[in-house]
Amino acid sequence: MTTTISETSARTRTEVPYVARIEHISKAFGRPGAAQQVLDDISLDVAPGEFVCLLGASGCGKSTLLSLVAGLDQPSAGSIETPGGRPALMFQEHALFPWLTAGRNIELALRMRGVARGERREHAEQLLELVRLKGAYGKRVHELSGGMRQRVAMARALAQDSNLLLMDEPFAALDAITRDVLHEELTRVWESTGVSVLFVTHNVREAARLAQRVVLLSSRPGRIAREWQVRIPHPRRIEDAAVADLSVEITEELRREIRRHGQH
Amino acid sequence: MASTETRPKTKQPGLQPDIPPDIPPNIPPNTPPDLAGLEAGLDALETRTAAKVPVGQILREKALPPLLAIVLVFAAWQLAYHFQLKPHYLLPSPGDVLGSLHQEWLQGTLFGYIWTSISRGALGFLASVTIGTPLGLLVARIPAVRAAIGPILSGLQSMPSVAWVPAAIIWFGLNDSTIYAVVLLGAVPSIANGLVAGIDQVPPLFLRAGHTIGATGLRGVRHILLPAALPGYLAGLKQGWAFAWRSLMAAEIIATSPALGTGLGQLLENARTNSDMPGVLAAILLILVVGIGIELLVFKPAERRVLRSRGLLTESR
Repeated sequence: MTTTISETSARTRTEVPYVARIEHISKAFGRPGAAQQVLDDISLDVAPGEFVCLLGASGCGKSTLLSLVAGLDQPSAGSIETPGGRPALMFQEHALFPWLTAGRNIELALRMRGVARGERREHAEQLLELVRLKGAYGKRVHELSGGMRQRVAMARALAQDSNLLLMDEPFAALDAITRDVLHEELTRVWESTGVSVLFVTHNVREAARLAQRVVLLSSRPGRIAREWQVRIPHPRRIEDAAVADLSVEITEELRREIRRHGQH
Repeated sequence: MASTETRPKTKQPGLQPDIPPDIPPNIPPNTPPDLAGLEAGLDALETRTAAKVPVGQILREKALPPLLAIVLVFAAWQLAYHFQLKPHYLLPSPGDVLGSLHQEWLQGTLFGYIWTSISRGALGFLASVTIGTPLGLLVARIPAVRAAIGPILSGLQSMPSVAWVPAAIIWFGLNDSTIYAVVLLGAVPSIANGLVAGIDQVPPLFLRAGHTIGATGLRGVRHILLPAALPGYLAGLKQGWAFAWRSLMAAEIIATSPALGTGLGQLLENARTNSDMPGVLAAILLILVVGIGIELLVFKPAERRVLRSRGLLTESR
């Protein structure tokens, strides 16, 4: 019967070579006529298991693009395909629900996904263990440090079991040491789960540290300015010479892009 | 040479089993061994631990000031009585009033009066919650409904519900319906408006986060919107109770009839007709104490619980 085919999970069904296909996306805000063009003709594929960083100065619409992929907003033109279903999304703020414990936050995502009541607890504990917060199940959000909150948020995002994890500057509000640790943590989770990541940041070093591919967006309107394939092997460190060299190269390009805006 | 003979053997079969160099257990693959420890250290450094406050300190800081204030009020009252600021039949002493209460208690009717009022108040309040909650939800979520009845609801909230009593008596007659109608008109707008305010203050981020995990539509209302709006809703409930209680007293004082039974409002009105000043003050005192009691026993703990669990309560409060 056809039902047996449709019942196989989206993850195994995906034979297409991408987990997200962004085709000729444009986005404008405001009234027609006086509209502000934010994104202009963006096309981008994210391959299964790929780690892509979207990099750009403020006003390049990188967060807007992520909202579009997440389905929180509609593009003015173009199309977005996510064959694996609704992508998971992590914000700059942890966005954990303060009326629930850390574990229950994860369980809510599991419940929304349709995981049976009896399995949720164990599943949530496993996810907490994955982000190394084994004892945090009963902790309230305000009892956790900033880094721990983002790890719980990561676990909640992973609870959606999506093959695409969207991250909107998730570590921008953390101190440097915590951010460094979370880079390592994210890399580990990415490698062990095989999830694809589309990571938005304005931090060039962060992009060079994490990504397999860095996509630089120009500002107003956001267009793809340049792409880099990052071939630095993992494990990487933010202090690595190769990461630093790539950062310098990307920063040069980014400065050129920003300078263009001052010229007219 | 000789040196090679004195050097101990690196491997002694039988004594030490051939094991690989130590690998720390429970570390997932692809993990530099120091990451787990580093993370644990950061977690420990950045986690706040709340100190336990000793009971004696709580008593001293929380219970003593209000007790002192009450003692001061009674002392001032006693002094006013002593120096006869008003004739004694107009201003009885605290002792007279407590004596009047004691007498009522001995007659065995006092508890019945209190219970009549509290049960009316509770029933009216619950009915108000049942009506006010869906009403608030509709006003908050449906723009047309908000535009239509939002201002009316706010207006009703500022209207003294005692103004409804004459109309209610004409509509329903001197019975419980009149009393409940006045209580509902007093409490429903507060509760509905509280929920609207609570929902309006829900951070959009929560709704976006709920949307991404699939909590949309009614599931979003149940799992995200309502819990997020709970602090504002609770404040509305608290105010709703205050409005219910004062509406009830207004109704009981004005609408007195043997068919209605005696609540605290009627007790007060009866004492006034008898020019029984200790009785009047005793009834006022009871109305005050019941109002404060419900606030302290029901709403304060509920509010503290909700705020504390969300980390919105600082220790000094």
